Amino acid sequence: MTVTASTTPPPAAELPATTSLRPRRRSRGAALPYLLLLPALLLELLVHLVPMVIGVVMSFKELTQFFVRDWGSAPWTGLGNYRVAVRFDAPVGQALLHSFLITCGFTALSVGLSWLLGTAAAILTQQGFRGRALLRGVFLVPYALPVYAAVITWSFMFQRDNGLVNHVLHDQLRLASGHPFWLIGGNSFAALVTVSVWRSWPFAFLCLTAGLQNIPRELYEAAAMDGAGIWQQVRRITLPSLRPVNQVLVLVLFLWTFNDFNTPYVLFGKSAPAAADVISIHIYQSSFITWNFGSGAAMSVLLLLFLLLVTVGYLVATARGRDADA
Amino acid sequence: MPNRRGLAALTAALALTASACGGGAAIGGDGGNAHPRTLTYWASNQGASLADDRRVLAPELARFQRRTGIKVKLEVIGWPDLLNRVLAATISGQGPDVLNIGNTWSASLQATGALLPFDPRLLTAIGGRNRFAPAALAATGAADRDPAAVPLYSLSYGLYWNRALFRRAGIPRPPTTWAELTADGRRLTGGGHYGLAIEGGNYAENAHHAFILGRQHGADFFTADGRPRFNTPQAVAAVKQYVDFMAKDRITAPGDAEYAAQQSLQDFATGRAAMLMWQSAASSLKAHGMPGDAYGVAPIPFQTANASGPTRVDSMVAGINLAVFRNSQNRDGAVKFVRFMTSTAEQKTLNAAFGSIPPVKDAQDDPAFATPDLTTLRQVLAHGAAPLPQVPDESQFETLVGTAIKDLFADAAAGRPVTDASVRAALTKAQQQLPTS
Repeated sequence: MTVTASTTPPPAAELPATTSLRPRRRSRGAALPYLLLLPALLLELLVHLVPMVIGVVMSFKELTQFFVRDWGSAPWTGLGNYRVAVRFDAPVGQALLHSFLITCGFTALSVGLSWLLGTAAAILTQQGFRGRALLRGVFLVPYALPVYAAVITWSFMFQRDNGLVNHVLHDQLRLASGHPFWLIGGNSFAALVTVSVWRSWPFAFLCLTAGLQNIPRELYEAAAMDGAGIWQQVRRITLPSLRPVNQVLVLVLFLWTFNDFNTPYVLFGKSAPAAADVISIHIYQSSFITWNFGSGAAMSVLLLLFLLLVTVGYLVATARGRDADA
Repeated sequence: MPNRRGLAALTAALALTASACGGGAAIGGDGGNAHPRTLTYWASNQGASLADDRRVLAPELARFQRRTGIKVKLEVIGWPDLLNRVLAATISGQGPDVLNIGNTWSASLQATGALLPFDPRLLTAIGGRNRFAPAALAATGAADRDPAAVPLYSLSYGLYWNRALFRRAGIPRPPTTWAELTADGRRLTGGGHYGLAIEGGNYAENAHHAFILGRQHGADFFTADGRPRFNTPQAVAAVKQYVDFMAKDRITAPGDAEYAAQQSLQDFATGRAAMLMWQSAASSLKAHGMPGDAYGVAPIPFQTANASGPTRVDSMVAGINLAVFRNSQNRDGAVKFVRFMTSTAEQKTLNAAFGSIPPVKDAQDDPAFATPDLTTLRQVLAHGAAPLPQVPDESQFETLVGTAIKDLFADAAAGRPVTDASVRAALTKAQQQLPTS
């Protein structure tokens, strides 16, 4: 789970409006760049590819508790683990499918809301006003907080009897009848989406704020001269100009949210309620709770293939859309 | 730039999914004595907090160092993480030298081969198996194999009851049958108070009570050859009886369905609940501000008065075992440490500090363990406690059945009916998650 952190673009690099200067090219030492890249490449292999390959190998083995100490001795099962995972009329496959659908719904809602909130906040703070820097700083707090500390606080707030959420919703605003549960049962889905959006919208806000800096002011001035209102300016200038940023942002948010393990794990513990049984937790349970790591690995590989498919499809579709625009 | 970042994110995501259960290479090598001067010890959380454990253990570890010259690096690990840490250590081969395990995991961990078996030679080195109470030894692994660990602290379930609340409700003594418990519970429920507190979101507690009630109903959760059998009519009856404290009898607060961090203990200590079924709760209750004379400890009720035979079970053999990690690079030192921790003197000190019962017979005579509540718990352990099934799938039983019960409590709390059919469906689903079923 720490892997995500390493690929998070450094926020500081985003904010200044860079009109990047191309580094001057030098012809001598054609091999040098590749040599310099070599350590990074080797580390990349070590950190990313080797575990992936091991994971794939595991998925073809019957890696249960009897063999975890010495993986080599685990018997090969061929596609056995995969067959169990995708037999949707049997309990294991059914549970996986259910979890997959929950995750799709969760991801769509979380990414959509995060993007919407991020866009709205970025546009609203585009114009200078007193306290803007402070407000932007406050907006970024959820992104800067350690995940565990933040989510455990949410889990306290969602407690039924003593939690802040029920206190506000029922005791003060009288919106809910009785104290509903948030961490067990059906509402747990809403709780998960809430925390996930709270955690990821600042990232959307950050990227979009950076993107907004690159839109020339003249465009807005010209549009205003032509009589375009705020809404039209947003639709005709801001959103199209943010397209490249959005393309990456939505993809990254999608991948992070789909795979998010920390939020549901800290919120619900080892056994997530059925309504919030997202795929990362489900795979964790399939491997760690039933001690069947081969089966968990097979599910991971299936997930990997799905994400690969979605990502390639998305990149092709958006690139084509951009070409058509150009 | 965007494409490159997309690619990086993609790579990361792929690695993340693929490594979700990967990481580390398999190291099957055996241990030895390459590092004879140090030991790493993973202790479970026995006191009111992790710091409390460190405070109790530090002087003892210093004593061990003075005697043997071996420095013990202590790490106290909370219960929610301990099994995962042990599992990760097993997979990677990188672990502690000596570790505490919940005694119910003994057979599961024994099956992995990660723990050094206490063969007759090793048992002799620590003073022989006769030093330990038979009930505690029964929970150290499969019956036909050398123990995977030795008992360190013993615990048993007791029914904790609040003297003042019982007096106020005009109930002279604690219940001895479940019918009495529910009747008493109803009288004790009302005005924000509840009869019985249950840790409904905690799968381990749920599984333990399912086991105890199961034995009373004549349910075995595993066949003789270790195959799971979670959904027998007896098992359904046992689980339903447990969930019904909330669903039907309504002597348990609906909010207990999400308790997983000892909130039920707190509810009992503050008088919000009048009864609690717990293992050696004295030190935790004290930490929550409840004095020892405010409550009594009785055996957990039976189905009928004068229960006898194999259904006369009112606790599991609970406790903590001490194990040596097979990959230890200081095996001799590790065995010395086990010998030290199970010595009569250390057993008295440690069990007295943690409010548990010494599994070493010589240590049990100490007056520290003759308090009324520890006497009750000791008698339960000796006469009414059964070990959880010592089969490889035991830890999966705890997580799967415990989680199924957690979901049933969620149904009960939300007012959805809990029926024989819904209990059977939940237990069947739990059993189907096991690869061997």
